[in-house]
Amino acid sequence: MPEQSRTLIADRRVLENNWVLLEEGAPRPENARIIVALPEWQAAPGDDVAPLLASDTELTPELAEQLLDAPLIAIDFPKFTDGRGYSIARQLRERYGYCGQIRAVGDVLIDQLYYMSRCGFDAFLLREDQVVEDALNALDTFSLSYQPGTDTPEPLFRRRMRESA
Amino acid sequence: MYRYDTYDQTLVDERVAQFRDQMRRYLEGKISDDEFLPLRVQNGLYIQRYAPMLRIAIPYGMLASYQLRKLGEIAARYDRGYGHFTTRTNLQLNWPKLEDVPDILADLASVQMHAIQTSGNDIRNTTTDQFSGIAADEDVDPRPWCELIRQWSTFHPEFAYLPRKFKIAVTGAEEDRAAIQVHDVGLRLWRNSDGDVRVKVLAGGGLGRTPMIGAVMCDDLPWQHLLTYLEAILRVYNQYGRRDNKFKARIKILVKALGIDEFRRRTEVEWAHIKDGPQTLTDEAISAVTGHFVEPPRRDVAEDAIQAYERLRGENRAFARFVTNNVTDHKVPGYKAVTLSLKRHDHSPGDVTSEDMAAVADLADEFGYGELRVTHEQNLVLTDVPVDRMEELWQRLETLGMANPTVGTLADLICCPGGDYCSLANAKSIPVAQEIQQRFENLDFLYDLGPLELNISGCMNACGHHHVGHIGILGVDKKGEEYYQISLGGSQGNESSLGKILGPSFYREDVTNVIDKLLKVYVGERTPDETFLDTYRRIGLKPFKEHVYA
Repeated sequence: MPEQSRTLIADRRVLENNWVLLEEGAPRPENARIIVALPEWQAAPGDDVAPLLASDTELTPELAEQLLDAPLIAIDFPKFTDGRGYSIARQLRERYGYCGQIRAVGDVLIDQLYYMSRCGFDAFLLREDQVVEDALNALDTFSLSYQPGTDTPEPLFRRRMRESA
Repeated sequence: MYRYDTYDQTLVDERVAQFRDQMRRYLEGKISDDEFLPLRVQNGLYIQRYAPMLRIAIPYGMLASYQLRKLGEIAARYDRGYGHFTTRTNLQLNWPKLEDVPDILADLASVQMHAIQTSGNDIRNTTTDQFSGIAADEDVDPRPWCELIRQWSTFHPEFAYLPRKFKIAVTGAEEDRAAIQVHDVGLRLWRNSDGDVRVKVLAGGGLGRTPMIGAVMCDDLPWQHLLTYLEAILRVYNQYGRRDNKFKARIKILVKALGIDEFRRRTEVEWAHIKDGPQTLTDEAISAVTGHFVEPPRRDVAEDAIQAYERLRGENRAFARFVTNNVTDHKVPGYKAVTLSLKRHDHSPGDVTSEDMAAVADLADEFGYGELRVTHEQNLVLTDVPVDRMEELWQRLETLGMANPTVGTLADLICCPGGDYCSLANAKSIPVAQEIQQRFENLDFLYDLGPLELNISGCMNACGHHHVGHIGILGVDKKGEEYYQISLGGSQGNESSLGKILGPSFYREDVTNVIDKLLKVYVGERTPDETFLDTYRRIGLKPFKEHVYA
């Protein structure tokens, strides 16, 4: 399975991937923690089962409520230019207060990691051809930001006010 | 003029480093063409028909003389010694080398400039009234608000991969000179009876393939909530805008599909969660930014100097023509804003050489306070010219060829780079513009025609804003041949309207004759004091059509 050859970056370092992204209908490996499509997770949630959200998932309050119990939430990037996952992650963190891991999977490339990390993703299953060292560096592309994000609660205009007070 | 602090500077410097690294990895083959594309366009870099093109941001059209001088140096050093001002008030270099672009960006950063988000499916450069801060009809100076929007939208982590590009325009004056009705979001700043700033928010306007006038989202948004409300709009668009077809991906298609009421409802649901959050603006934040846009230390202009200026207008016909067309009233008596015409026969519309950029920068220092504006009609503006120096400025502009007293006339046409440069274009636009300018260069004739906006786009992406030209010309491709479709009755401003297509399209060699016929219909049908647009609105398309296709 290709995703097994992918590198996982979580909490800003390379980590062993303990979750198997299960293709639809594929048999469940023994003793593995699995990530499955959202409906399958909804049908059979558990401590060792995590949902995969498609990029067009509509994050209703009811769904968000369910997701708060998930041990991990994976958000799919079918193509790196599909920006919907950024909003989903941000809403999960900022609106619904989800504290578990939010993992970007799919077409996950170095040059999108910084913005993803600001929107609440803390784990990235890199596409297999990505250079891990460059990916780790990309997380530190900018040392500050104009807007608030999950990394910093205040916009720059408030920080300026605070510092000049 | 907004001046960077160390934070702003750090951000643009880090951006240069980021792009330098991305370019290195691209040239080493570690990033594919497809994956490099959004990275380069978010830094203004296109791969064009014959060469790369770099689009440099001029946030809300404000430019300092030292920046313009630097742009001239950059154009000379890295390009062919000229640049092109666009309808989005940016500057494009048409012939840079790909591998030089990181160095160009570093040079730009040295004068607090960049090319961030001048392209890509992100929030683009915000545009505004070219007379903001000096207009006599202004309720609210839009510049501090534009700067706050610039900061909010720059590197916004959630909105870098939108369904499509997103353009915001802002005005704070009675007359809308920023075309807010034909933007993804248009903002009109106004004051309520307590003097408190309110914002009228429009959404879903735009030109391009499916032109639409924006619908009203909200009439009186309190200023504190501007950024959170924008964020809510963008989030709804990011989630629900179409991604299956790039021609249906702009917010206008979503607004039309949902209806403005449903789009507003979704925005308000979203907004309820972030309203009053950390991005809520405060008095301190506004006054800090407003402090960057202070009134320059204008000296008093004596009453007899003002009278002398008026006298000269009465005596010197050429000067009077220049003043009537190219000089705009200022909120301060004795001062004027002067529009420098970049519509010169020997240059493409909007093009300026490096030497002329340096010369104009000197004029901005000598005749003002080192500040310029770029207009979406592709001209430049000196904002604070005392009338007792107007004659001298006029003479200096004559030597630069920028005193053409034709601003607002047929000769002041808007034109995209077209098929001479752009890989999207279906047809050339610059030669059409030049043929029209040459045919109709008689000043008496131009003045007799009065205010007339002719806009040319080389394809339906509408960079030349043809939909809102009183006369619009659109280049189309028919089986590999260039044809031109003509529309009438478009207009920008408070009474925005979209032009109607006259009929079947024309060969290029016929376009000028067709324009001539249209003008003859107008001249024959008009009542005293009627502009071209007035006459069109009164008599409709039919008389024009009958005469042209007779």
